Amino acid sequence: MKVSANFDNKTLYLYPIGELDHHGAKKAMVTIESRIDLSLPRECILDMRHVTFMDSSGIAVILKTMRLVNEAGGRLTVENVPAQAMRVIDAAGIDRIVQISALTKE
Amino acid sequence: MKEINAVTLKFLSRSANEGFARASAAAFAAQLDPTLDELGDIKTAVSEAVTNCIVHAYPDSIGVITMKMRIFEDNSLEITVKDSGVGIPDIEQALTPLFTTGGDDRSGMGFTIMDSFMDKLKVKSVQGRGTSVTMRRRISVRAGRK
Ligand SMILES: Nc1ncnc2c1ncn2[C@@H]1O[C@H](COP(=O)(O)OP(=O)(O)OP(=O)(O)O)[C@@H](O)[C@H]1O
Ligand SMILES: [Mg+2]
Repeated sequence: MKVSANFDNKTLYLYPIGELDHHGAKKAMVTIESRIDLSLPRECILDMRHVTFMDSSGIAVILKTMRLVNEAGGRLTVENVPAQAMRVIDAAGIDRIVQISALTKE
Repeated sequence: MKEINAVTLKFLSRSANEGFARASAAAFAAQLDPTLDELGDIKTAVSEAVTNCIVHAYPDSIGVITMKMRIFEDNSLEITVKDSGVGIPDIEQALTPLFTTGGDDRSGMGFTIMDSFMDKLKVKSVQGRGTSVTMRRRISVRAGRK
């Protein structure tokens, strides 16, 4: 799974693209980890708008990303989560520990 | 309950097959005219069951996963995902939310998600012999269908 990234004004934007399952998570995590190491962001936005599927492997990715960002002294926000992924997040109840917002279609 | 249709798939426990299993389940379930949300739930539950075989049942080897899908006359779908891997020593513990033997790559939410996204979940396992997970979901019959 590809993760495109850009760093702007101390904020790291991460955009995973495609299916965030166990297969995709392995690759995604390598990119995410190296981008956080490289930029040590104050703010990190994990933007999920291009995620076409997510299961519990994505929950582990969110939690691991949060841990890495926190360790670097920053804060993670998860944004633009599509409906299917949001159902998984709701079932896992992680919206209590990470700030998460849904994708709203205009 | 009368069975209307059935299909059995066998594939190797390679992570590339997670997407294959989801797509196959969605294609088979399409006969029941599910909503996008129902289809999403089924794909998610299948992904959890198949990933468990790949990650937990065959941790250091490649084994065979069997996925059997059946449709019944009450518009319900039953999916069984079976492996011949290491097995689960304590099923009740495995079903507990957040319980995982997988470290920080896993969240311990797979069974919880299968349970909440499907109507029924049944887990059978014999240590050293393998595990089978059977899930059932009734698809609502919508007005104006067909
Ligand atoms: N097919 C299986 N074979 C052997 N052990 C299994 C199998 N499926 C699940 N388990 C055991 O049950 C535990 C709980 O499974 P569950 O899917 O709920 O969480 P997880 O796989 O650890 O994490 P997640 O699904 O959130 O990525 C696993 O950690 C593992 O110990
Ligand atoms: Mg699991």
